[in-house]
Amino acid sequence: MKTISKADMRTLFFVAIIALFAPLILNPFPTESGWAQFNAGYPDLMQRFAIYGILAIGFNILFGLTGYLSFGHAAFLGVGSYSAVWMFKLLSMNIIPALILSVIVAGLFSLLIGFISLRRSGIYFSILTLAFAQMSFALAYSVLTPLTNGETGLQITLNDPRIFAAENISGNLPVTSLFGMEMRDTWTMQLGAWDFQFNIGYYICAIFLLLAFYISIRIFRSPFGMMLRAIKTNQTRLNYTGINTRPYTLAAFVISGMYAGLAGGLMASMDPLAGAERMQWTASGEIVLMTILGGTGTLLGPVMGAGFIKYFENIFSKINDTVLHGWFSWMPDGLENVIVWILHLFTGKGWHLTLGIMFMMIVIFLPGGLMEGISRIGKWWKRRNVKNDNTSHNSSTPAQ
Amino acid sequence: MDAILLQILNGLDKGSAYALIALGLTLIFGTLGVVNFAHGALFMLGAFCAVSLQKLMSVSKITIDPSQLDFLGKPLKVKTPYVVEWFGPKFGNAIIDWNVPLAIIVAIPVMLLVGYVMERGLIKHFYKRPHADQILVTFGLAIVIQELVKANFGANPIPTPAPDQFVGSYNVGALIGLDASYPYWRLIYFAFSATIISSVFAFLRFTTFGMVVRAGMADRETVGLLGINIDRRFTIMFGIAAAVAGLAGVMYTPINSPNYHMGMDFLVLSFVVVVVGGMGSLPGAVLAGFLLGVLESFASMNEVKGFFEMLYLPSIDQIIIYLVAIIVLLTRPRGLMGKAGVMEE
Repeated sequence: MKTISKADMRTLFFVAIIALFAPLILNPFPTESGWAQFNAGYPDLMQRFAIYGILAIGFNILFGLTGYLSFGHAAFLGVGSYSAVWMFKLLSMNIIPALILSVIVAGLFSLLIGFISLRRSGIYFSILTLAFAQMSFALAYSVLTPLTNGETGLQITLNDPRIFAAENISGNLPVTSLFGMEMRDTWTMQLGAWDFQFNIGYYICAIFLLLAFYISIRIFRSPFGMMLRAIKTNQTRLNYTGINTRPYTLAAFVISGMYAGLAGGLMASMDPLAGAERMQWTASGEIVLMTILGGTGTLLGPVMGAGFIKYFENIFSKINDTVLHGWFSWMPDGLENVIVWILHLFTGKGWHLTLGIMFMMIVIFLPGGLMEGISRIGKWWKRRNVKNDNTSHNSSTPAQ
Repeated sequence: MDAILLQILNGLDKGSAYALIALGLTLIFGTLGVVNFAHGALFMLGAFCAVSLQKLMSVSKITIDPSQLDFLGKPLKVKTPYVVEWFGPKFGNAIIDWNVPLAIIVAIPVMLLVGYVMERGLIKHFYKRPHADQILVTFGLAIVIQELVKANFGANPIPTPAPDQFVGSYNVGALIGLDASYPYWRLIYFAFSATIISSVFAFLRFTTFGMVVRAGMADRETVGLLGINIDRRFTIMFGIAAAVAGLAGVMYTPINSPNYHMGMDFLVLSFVVVVVGGMGSLPGAVLAGFLLGVLESFASMNEVKGFFEMLYLPSIDQIIIYLVAIIVLLTRPRGLMGKAGVMEE
């Protein structure tokens, strides 16, 4: 069995360090300062970074490797959430059975959907998955109300059976935990003007993110991953060579469905409720956006894309007109109003406009996403340095 | 029987919207080979043409009428729309009342222009890129259009009523000895979409321009080699497809008050319709549109729901379209009327 290569080890280590110190790194501005609103180091947002990271990694295994564009991944996310909440209702508030069930249910569900959808490819596949996701949304929203609690969403209540849990005498809703460690427990460290929050839920999510990342590295480097890439490059030729590609694509689909299920389960573990809107096709679109924005087919790209979108979603939504006026108050009044009026379109509630424009720019000019941008900058930097070296040493490299 | 007739009408009415959008989608796909995820946004833009016209017409001049007093005892401010002032009360008010039909005249050039700009400015650059890229860039464009409309018109639905004459309903059933009244405007919508659909078909069938376009759909390169500027004609076809979607949107406004996400809501269903009809087949798109519309309204009948309850199954009116789509795609992979060789890779 091949072990993980050095470069991959370094990437994994890099992600692990970032994940470990995220509460510090994401909190660069002092709590009292005006810039504090740009801090991302609070538990809720960091949990979302990790969870959506897992989701995007999973989606990338399907889209990045095989090129099958699924527009229905949110269905698995929703299924995972629902099954996790049911575990909280029936067994106990421990997140382990919830996560296990959500992965299994999402896996089975994606096996079913994948088995049918993968009979077609290209645009037909996209539309089939979209149809399945919308169908699941409709089912969850109205038809299967006894199972999903319809539009209110599934929640835990005081008189759920919870057969393994100790009797609840406090009269408060129980909280999700891992063998007694409550997910919402946060240890705040005060360091000068900074407040750093270390949250158990976040670290659980981060551990799963690392695990997911490790598995995705292994898949990328395995013969199986190579086969998936071959499917993306030229499926017809593979078929002519006598290889049945269906089991490979189906396996990729199920794996990525299980990732989405895990993400859904974690989402419910951090906040024990599940709603049908998690399955709507806009949610599927968001997953696609994250992966493309970060860079499809790359290891780090999807995680970066997820972090990027979630961070800016949070930050941009907070910038309202008052904040804008504060920033531009040094300008003459007329100019200030014009600038605030223009920026108003893009900030606050207009965040989706910014996202849409950014996404279009990426698809048009940078099809490889942020990762391609980074590598382009890296190459340019290297070339510049080489040029500088050349001029300083007065030597020229031979033509290739 | 009355109920069945009503459901057929309901279905045809829903189906008209699906068919119009699906027709435009298929036109774009058949000519340019582009999967346009922004087509729902074009439908929505059409609807907002009607809204803008309504807003424009209600721009009023404020005069102070000293003979009347408001409740504070000050002279009453009277708002008269400029249209009324210019054309006199009778004709002016009629124009305001007939806002939605008038919006058609506005929407056609606007949507043609929007389609032209969209094709030349953006989609042109994506012919050689993979289909996934086309989907993604038009998806991004749809988000941008939607958010711009939201920023301009707000997130709430804006009521745009039909002319007064068409409020109320007409007993269609009486014509064939049954009793089934149906709202006027929905009947008009059906007739309107039938007209549009048949004129698009006639245009493609009986004009030289249409002939060239059909030839280009069959074999673009050869037509180009014959010295015909097929790209320009396809661009115009894109504009026409956009206009069809826009008109569908304009006429839809009295049925459901337009809001910024109506396009997205319709888009998913129209895609399903296109795929069921067969990618690239115009009659297929229209047929599938009406078929799915009728099926959907039949599934929501109480009798059908009762039947499913009897079998201990949940009712299927919410998911019937998707179910049908899945079944059709699995049994007839090319859709109902799809041609071989279209999107088969």
